[in-house]
Amino acid sequence: MSDTDRTGAPASPAPQTDTPRQKQQFELGTGPGRVLVWFYGVFTVAAASRSIVQMILDFDKAPLAYVLSAVAAVVYGFITYSLVRGGEKARRAALVCCAVELAGVLVVGTWTLVKPSAFPDATVWSDFGVGYLFIPVILPVTGMIWLRRARNA
Amino acid sequence: MLDALTVAVAVTALALAAWCGIAAYRDQPTKDWHFIGMAVVSVLALAQLLVGIVQLARGERPEQGMTIFIAYLIGAFAAVPAAGFLSLTERTRWGSVTVAAGAVVLAVLEVRLYDIWGN
Repeated sequence: MSDTDRTGAPASPAPQTDTPRQKQQFELGTGPGRVLVWFYGVFTVAAASRSIVQMILDFDKAPLAYVLSAVAAVVYGFITYSLVRGGEKARRAALVCCAVELAGVLVVGTWTLVKPSAFPDATVWSDFGVGYLFIPVILPVTGMIWLRRARNA
Repeated sequence: MLDALTVAVAVTALALAAWCGIAAYRDQPTKDWHFIGMAVVSVLALAQLLVGIVQLARGERPEQGMTIFIAYLIGAFAAVPAAGFLSLTERTRWGSVTVAAGAVVLAVLEVRLYDIWGN
């Protein structure tokens, strides 16, 4: 992996003083991370297939909801990929995506409660993910805890 | 659909989840017996997939739409094998946790399948 670290990655709590060359190869997708890979993989498939089916069948019914599901699928997919890839760059990227995911769940969750009329059909993130056993809220928090701990491993 | 089969898949999946949960609690990886258990659950899920396809072919239609029904059938069939493969490459307690999580996901999918088919 060549190290062309982008400095534009925001909201990364990792100090730049790390020695990236030594930490590049550490695994994110093993141990407890393996369980996260599983859940993120499942949610990538769930959100992606849901949005694809709905966009093809009746996009006009709730375009906003379906686009948000597609966005969620992309975020989940990228986190899954980063966990499998491992290394410091992937860790930071996944951390940013987990934060985006958490923000997405909270914003969309609040949005669906305050203004249900904007969402004629549900998204993965509707009502804070109640249709998915609240896993959409739990997952990014667990993910961020794991990614923060993995730095010190 | 075949309600008995749906219930059977859900119950065996939950049993598998509990079994692998115990293995994880004891700090053990998945062993041969666990994989036999996963095979049993997977065979049941495969039977369900086939029964579902046969019923669609015979002209019966799920209440909430055919595409969603087929997607859930495939997802239900793939859940436990996929988790099993992950646990093959993770020979720690976390592999057991993954399979337990996979089996719980399958049980949830069965509930959804039941709703989607309707009565």
